[in-house]
Amino acid sequence: MEWETVIGLEVHVQLLTKSKLFSGSSTRFGAEPNTQACAVDIALPGVLPVMNKEAARMAVKFGLAVGATINRRSVFARKNYFYPDLPKGYQISQYELPVVQLGKLVIDVDGERKEIGITRAHLEEDAGKSLHEEFEGLTGIDLNRAGTPLLEIVSEPDMRSAREAVAYLKKLHVLVRYLGICDGNMQEGSFRCDANVSVRPRGQHAFGTRAELKNINSFRFVEKAIEYEIARQIDLIEGGGKVVQETRLYDSVRNETRSMRSKEEAHDYRYFPDPDLLPLQLEAGFIEETAKSLPELPDAKRERFVREYGLTAYDAEVLTGAHEIADYYEAAVRAVPGQSKLTANWIIGDLSGYLNRDNLEVTAAPVTADMLAGLVRRIADNTISGKIAKEIFEAMWGGEGDADAVIEKKGLRQITDGSAIERVIEDIMAQNPKQLEQYRCGQEKLFGFFVGQVMKATQGKANPAQVNELLRKKLSGTPA
Amino acid sequence: MHEKSIAELSKALNNKDISSHELTLAYLDRIEAHRDLNAFVTVDRARALKQAQAADARLKSGQSGMLTGIPIAQKDIFCTDGLPTTCGSRMLANFVAPYDATVIQKFNTAGCVLLGKTNMDEFAMGSSNETSFFGPVHNPWDRRCVPGGSSGGSAAAVAARLAPAATGTDTGGSIRQPAALTGITGLKPSYGRVSRYGMVAFASSLDQGGPMARSAEDAALLLNVMAGFDPRDSTSVDRPVPDYTRTLDESIVGLRIGLPREYFGEGLGTEVGRMIEAALDQYRKLGAKVVEVSLPNSRLAIPCYYVLAPAEASSNLARYDGVRYGYRAPEYADLWEMYAKTRAQGFGAEVKRRIMIGTYALSAGYYDAYYLKAQKLRRLISGDFDRAFERCDVIMGPTSPTTAFEFGSKTDDPVAMYLSDIYTISVNLAGLPGMSIPAGFDGSRRPIGLQIIGRYFDEARLLNVAHKYQQVTDWHLRVPEGF
Repeated sequence: MEWETVIGLEVHVQLLTKSKLFSGSSTRFGAEPNTQACAVDIALPGVLPVMNKEAARMAVKFGLAVGATINRRSVFARKNYFYPDLPKGYQISQYELPVVQLGKLVIDVDGERKEIGITRAHLEEDAGKSLHEEFEGLTGIDLNRAGTPLLEIVSEPDMRSAREAVAYLKKLHVLVRYLGICDGNMQEGSFRCDANVSVRPRGQHAFGTRAELKNINSFRFVEKAIEYEIARQIDLIEGGGKVVQETRLYDSVRNETRSMRSKEEAHDYRYFPDPDLLPLQLEAGFIEETAKSLPELPDAKRERFVREYGLTAYDAEVLTGAHEIADYYEAAVRAVPGQSKLTANWIIGDLSGYLNRDNLEVTAAPVTADMLAGLVRRIADNTISGKIAKEIFEAMWGGEGDADAVIEKKGLRQITDGSAIERVIEDIMAQNPKQLEQYRCGQEKLFGFFVGQVMKATQGKANPAQVNELLRKKLSGTPA
Repeated sequence: MHEKSIAELSKALNNKDISSHELTLAYLDRIEAHRDLNAFVTVDRARALKQAQAADARLKSGQSGMLTGIPIAQKDIFCTDGLPTTCGSRMLANFVAPYDATVIQKFNTAGCVLLGKTNMDEFAMGSSNETSFFGPVHNPWDRRCVPGGSSGGSAAAVAARLAPAATGTDTGGSIRQPAALTGITGLKPSYGRVSRYGMVAFASSLDQGGPMARSAEDAALLLNVMAGFDPRDSTSVDRPVPDYTRTLDESIVGLRIGLPREYFGEGLGTEVGRMIEAALDQYRKLGAKVVEVSLPNSRLAIPCYYVLAPAEASSNLARYDGVRYGYRAPEYADLWEMYAKTRAQGFGAEVKRRIMIGTYALSAGYYDAYYLKAQKLRRLISGDFDRAFERCDVIMGPTSPTTAFEFGSKTDDPVAMYLSDIYTISVNLAGLPGMSIPAGFDGSRRPIGLQIIGRYFDEARLLNVAHKYQQVTDWHLRVPEGF
């Protein structure tokens, strides 16, 4: 039987507010346990929540960016359950009336465009962390994260493969970083994903029974966990079994999913509107003002890069993958107009390579956009060859100054003086009579040997195009 | 000295006829002498006297206000920095808050002395003070009787003149009913008038703190301190606070008093009914007009309340899990047993009953039938008041159907106990201000309370209406024998 996969994703995006959703505590990551938890966060008797308006602004930003309905009135509800890292015994979330509803995101998979519906996005607070490893037979509780604002983004079950799910997730990741509402750090848990996965015979309209996969916190794991789960469900059904509705935990070490709790064990969260908080009311002016503050979004920027800079779709996609890279690119191109393609190549190639090697963000690159533009300018005006440029780039990365300074200091100016190159060629020919004879007898592959010798003699500074041209003439014996 | 009103004490303090230290000491001694009432859970003499000395310094420097140096008893539901805040529960018997409730802060800023923390029904759940982990409070008028609840300790303390005034909180009648049963003046302000920050939550949408005092005038002085917007309480209302003493003496000629016919039917004690009639006659003499109004949905108030309040409570009390503070069972095998034993041992029977009712009402499959339906009833009850107030300025009736009852007489029948709040609960559901003032005694010399209900944020009028009555009656000046 042919099977079709159905996937819906729930993504928890940690909002980049300075303070928590309902208290004034800092949201900074990595502080000493329980140093960023105030009376409200640890749920002392008598404390009350006060809504952080900045979190609402960020939720609205997201809603506008995915073309969603912004609910002018949304309601905070309590989700009740007991757990040691949930101080109040309930999580403040939004249930029946979320702040954002009905948006969409367009993804590209293998050149096919597809719209993925976004059911809703709602504000909620994070729980603390239970630390099981450091305490023998005990559990430590760190409440620094308790109360951190999250935007939970729930998609429609519109994805049909693990690759579509990853494409959606990546698209979402780029978007929230563009909007400046999330740092996207998956290791630190700022961007977390749960996947609802089911299979059904192709052509069947009704959904199959779904499993919810948790703990899949990298793009790679999302793909692997979903692939595993699809195979598991198909095997199960084909073997005469039935998929049960349950929550499954992904184990990245063993690459498998394991049952965590079944539907029967599922909590009854006893949601009800939080009487400590008034409904969140958004003024039209607040929404308009937020709309005006929206940056250029990834799709628009990509299309503009193709149009304005004549880039290929691929290059534009890579350069707009993070707004910091796009900003870098545009700053460089502004400094060296007309070299948009060459600049793009340098960013996608060498700059990205160095950033990866040194594990740096582009904003921390030792070679600034202006410095890269300076280098591109010297390639374009033939002062240096592309090969020498790589050497200069490395020197700039090492802090030896801008391109012109390195060229000057290291004497790397390209030799474009034809007669000087001719002299070198003549010397080489004189030193290698045997090779010259063989070449002239038809062994044309020796041409490369002569190119190499000339470049070696000039320490790579000879203009490669001129070297080629002059060598051909000299070697064949035609008068220059 | 303990017979003086706050206004008189304030004058004496400002004239240096007496120091706050002397005054505080006198009250501390009275508290000590009447410990058998069990009105207080915590009294810290040294701390109180130190505060009194600081108040004296302020009085000396001339930087004092009306309440500077006045000792006040605080219901043990308001968090107080450095003092136990038990909420009448074993769960919090050893809990010392690291912060002050907004109400406590305001009294501190005013220069008041914190005389002690008063006993109360556990987590404010009760109408008799019998659910307190620290034992029941005795009614100073008759020690065999309850003082009402949940603010029974505050009520008894004020009635027995162990404090010039006290604070209370009122979720379904917890200020007004004990005020009625102990013959004092209690005011539950409009929902949102007094900050709930630092007030241990029972039912968040109904809880409201307010003054318990001897007279409307003293209550006005306290409300001046307590009322006001608090950015830390999203449900507090940002609206100017008038000086509640300024309008106390305004004429009430032409005042329209609404009598809800539903408050004078079955269940109302005959003696209570008679005294309420007498009070109304007094108001007629003062120039008020009495009109009949109807609150047709008031019979639904108790079922509505006993869904909503427990529902909110079941969630509000989830934080008492033994993990971070408060009581934790000494022995347990795993996390879930720790939760179960901690909560089984830490909470009393009434609190557990309400947590179970509330949990049930919010459960999947029952939510619509209970919680949502109760919310609809709440709107109907609120609408009744809106219509009634088209025809009158205040509503009057009994505060409680009976006078103080004997210990144990209702403990086995929760519903009979709940009926004790039948006239007060709908006021909380509607979020309106309500007051109880002394209006006489029954044949056993147990006090009777007159309830006055006002429009939203009309506390000044309630106090004015109560004050005018107290100018021509002396029920509020009566002191139980032996005090």
